Amino acid sequence: MAKHETPLLDQLESGPWPSFVTDLKQQAATKPECWDILGILELSFKDRITHWKHGGIVGVFGYGGGIVGRYADVPELFPGVEHFHTVRVAQPSSKYYSSANLRQLCDLWEKHGSGVTNMHGSTGDIILLGTRTENLEPFFWDLTHDMNQDLGGSGSNLRTPANCIGESRCEWSCYDTEEACYKLTMQYQDEIHRPAFPYKFKFKFSGCPNDCVAAIARSDISVIGTWKDDIRIDQAAVKEYIAGNYPSNGGAHSGRDWGKFDITKEVIDLCPTNCMWMEGGELKIDNSECTRCMHCINVMPRALRPGAEKGASVLVGAKAPILDGAQFSTLVLPFIPMSADNDFEELVEFIEKVWDWWMEVGKNRERVGETMQRVGLPTFIKVMELEPIPQMVKEPRSNPYVFWAEEEVEGGFERDVEEFRAKHAA
Amino acid sequence: MGYNPDKPMDGRISDLGPPHYEQFFPPVIKANKGKWLWHEILQPGVLMHKSETGDEVYTVRCGTARLITVNFIREICDIADKHCDGFMRWTTRNNVEFMVDSKDKVQPLLDDLKSRGNKFPVGGTGAGVTNIVHTQGWVHCHTPATDASGVVKAVMDELFDYFTSMTLPAQVRIALACCLNMCGAVHASDIAILGIHRKPPMIDHKRITGVCELPLAIASCPLGAVKPAKAEVDGKEIKTVKVTVERCMFCGNCYTMCPAMPLADPEGDGIAILVGGKVSNAKSAPKFSKLVIPFLPNTTPRWPETVEAVKKILEAYAKDAKKYERVGEWAERIGWEKFFEKCDIPFTEKSIDDYRLAYNTWRTTTQFKYTSHIK
Repeated sequence: MAKHETPLLDQLESGPWPSFVTDLKQQAATKPECWDILGILELSFKDRITHWKHGGIVGVFGYGGGIVGRYADVPELFPGVEHFHTVRVAQPSSKYYSSANLRQLCDLWEKHGSGVTNMHGSTGDIILLGTRTENLEPFFWDLTHDMNQDLGGSGSNLRTPANCIGESRCEWSCYDTEEACYKLTMQYQDEIHRPAFPYKFKFKFSGCPNDCVAAIARSDISVIGTWKDDIRIDQAAVKEYIAGNYPSNGGAHSGRDWGKFDITKEVIDLCPTNCMWMEGGELKIDNSECTRCMHCINVMPRALRPGAEKGASVLVGAKAPILDGAQFSTLVLPFIPMSADNDFEELVEFIEKVWDWWMEVGKNRERVGETMQRVGLPTFIKVMELEPIPQMVKEPRSNPYVFWAEEEVEGGFERDVEEFRAKHAA
Repeated sequence: MGYNPDKPMDGRISDLGPPHYEQFFPPVIKANKGKWLWHEILQPGVLMHKSETGDEVYTVRCGTARLITVNFIREICDIADKHCDGFMRWTTRNNVEFMVDSKDKVQPLLDDLKSRGNKFPVGGTGAGVTNIVHTQGWVHCHTPATDASGVVKAVMDELFDYFTSMTLPAQVRIALACCLNMCGAVHASDIAILGIHRKPPMIDHKRITGVCELPLAIASCPLGAVKPAKAEVDGKEIKTVKVTVERCMFCGNCYTMCPAMPLADPEGDGIAILVGGKVSNAKSAPKFSKLVIPFLPNTTPRWPETVEAVKKILEAYAKDAKKYERVGEWAERIGWEKFFEKCDIPFTEKSIDDYRLAYNTWRTTTQFKYTSHIK
């Protein structure tokens, strides 16, 4: 493969941020097809339009997901990227790796593919970018046999679940997000690899309402840690914050002089439910009014911790705007226990109930949040066999157009107009 | 051994799932999972977590380009081998994290990272700009309206000082999606850079019969702008579709369903800027990002208009917002009319919603602020 001139991309080699162009050029020394990646990208920079064709159904035997087919529309100019399929490899929980594992994966990708990756794709997978159709099966063989690893999801199936760092390095996690993600990923391998759904379906697991994995914005089932009892307070540490001995917000604001820490201004007055106050030199919280937003805990991590009775809220139906507009997930189960000891059975039971219903009524390419919109939240609650509770809405409806069912109305809907007219002249 | 194409199903293994995470934990993480008490950011990019066992873990966070090669990953592995018992992890925002179990190991790690040129910028913590979550763009995708890695590089070069410092009122999450499909889910970001199309699809009548299921193409349009039609190809009448141009909102969903309806275009495509979204539930509820700049051109290779727009918004926010206030919380407190004025962004009718649920965004109160918009 010939080296291409890349005058436009070359301008992305300067500046303080790491340059993917420099990286690709260095890789081209041992993987010459990287010159064709640079070449086709340079052409797109010149033409200001993509040079990849639409679609291409490729995969490995027995799987309907995990590989995304891609072909260049100018293969004669850049034969090294004529086929440029993506391989999605399921990532370990929290994206921890050993160098031994990653080196083995790098060797495999250098052997079977372009040597170019994304660490990571938006959904969480390891993305291996660019290989030919004939390399897919040999790669998959080596991945499964030599590395004991597997592909992730793509298409109308369960996408590779993802989680925040959780208890492994965060004091706020209200359940073991890593184990929940791993357990459910293993349990639903069939749903990840063989499309049987109306459209894509995502789980994301965040340990607390800070939601570092963006579950509420990006997943059909958002499992977000929360607690039931009281915020745990260390009053001695509160005093240290007030005295200015501990940095606010874990030192997150230390780059600017914001003045002396003011617990009233920075914590108590910013509490969205006004449920905190100082009394006798101590911080008090009316926990029955608290909505567990995390602000006070974020600001004083050495003094405040989530309660000890922990679990998760389950919300349903988030998606990006295509087509009817973006949706956040809707709160459906305010609190469930999340325990590996019972294999997260409360969550599993709910997920399968949602799937049973959605697979039956969901239209082609309809995310579950859109199905919920189409049938209405009251219907969704009914089919999920849940009690309607005010926590599921921001406010009650402001129109009176209730779909009363016949059995809810005394005497039913059947009436005799003759009898009516006998008493009410027209 | 290895794959035998003559017997593809022989010895096949499937449904293994991901490797178990625990084997990749650094020892200090394995020993202290579930026991962490509190954390502190010691300097930009360096975190310390304290365990109830008394153990500490020090994390050094580095930005990466996300689009990285095996060469580069091996270099990351070298660093992990040298300093971190051979372990590392990635964050959800494309940063790589190196962890060590005592404070005296931090400086040698930082020195090593610094010695490698601009490859490992340390930062992305606290009240600063962390790494941009983004999509593929022109390096791999078939539907983009802009590039991804190139724009991100240009923006991060300009915002670099905000990555390596913590001087902002709160964390600022920037995301880029190269088309309206939003694989990058930019719809809940403080500042969202979004590739958009502005020309309706062309219809490739010669190809449509072979590659497209017409009912799916017609059903794909949320506004009913794609309609059945007939056309003549090589003297023969074929079934095809037509597009009612006035109804097209350039979402590109028809092209996703039908390869014979391409809509990308050098002049038509570009970038919209949306601001004020957030995912966290802290203080205020999660918010969607709102469209404030409807179009900026794809000026390669460094997108100066986009870089300038992002920087201008960021700096107006940095100057004006209160401690802890996210971009969207600031805009809501001062009012969106003030937001446009303070950011020096012209307000146009394109920021007024006329799609589904538009009415929810119209102002139905006498409460407003006098800004230069009122003549």
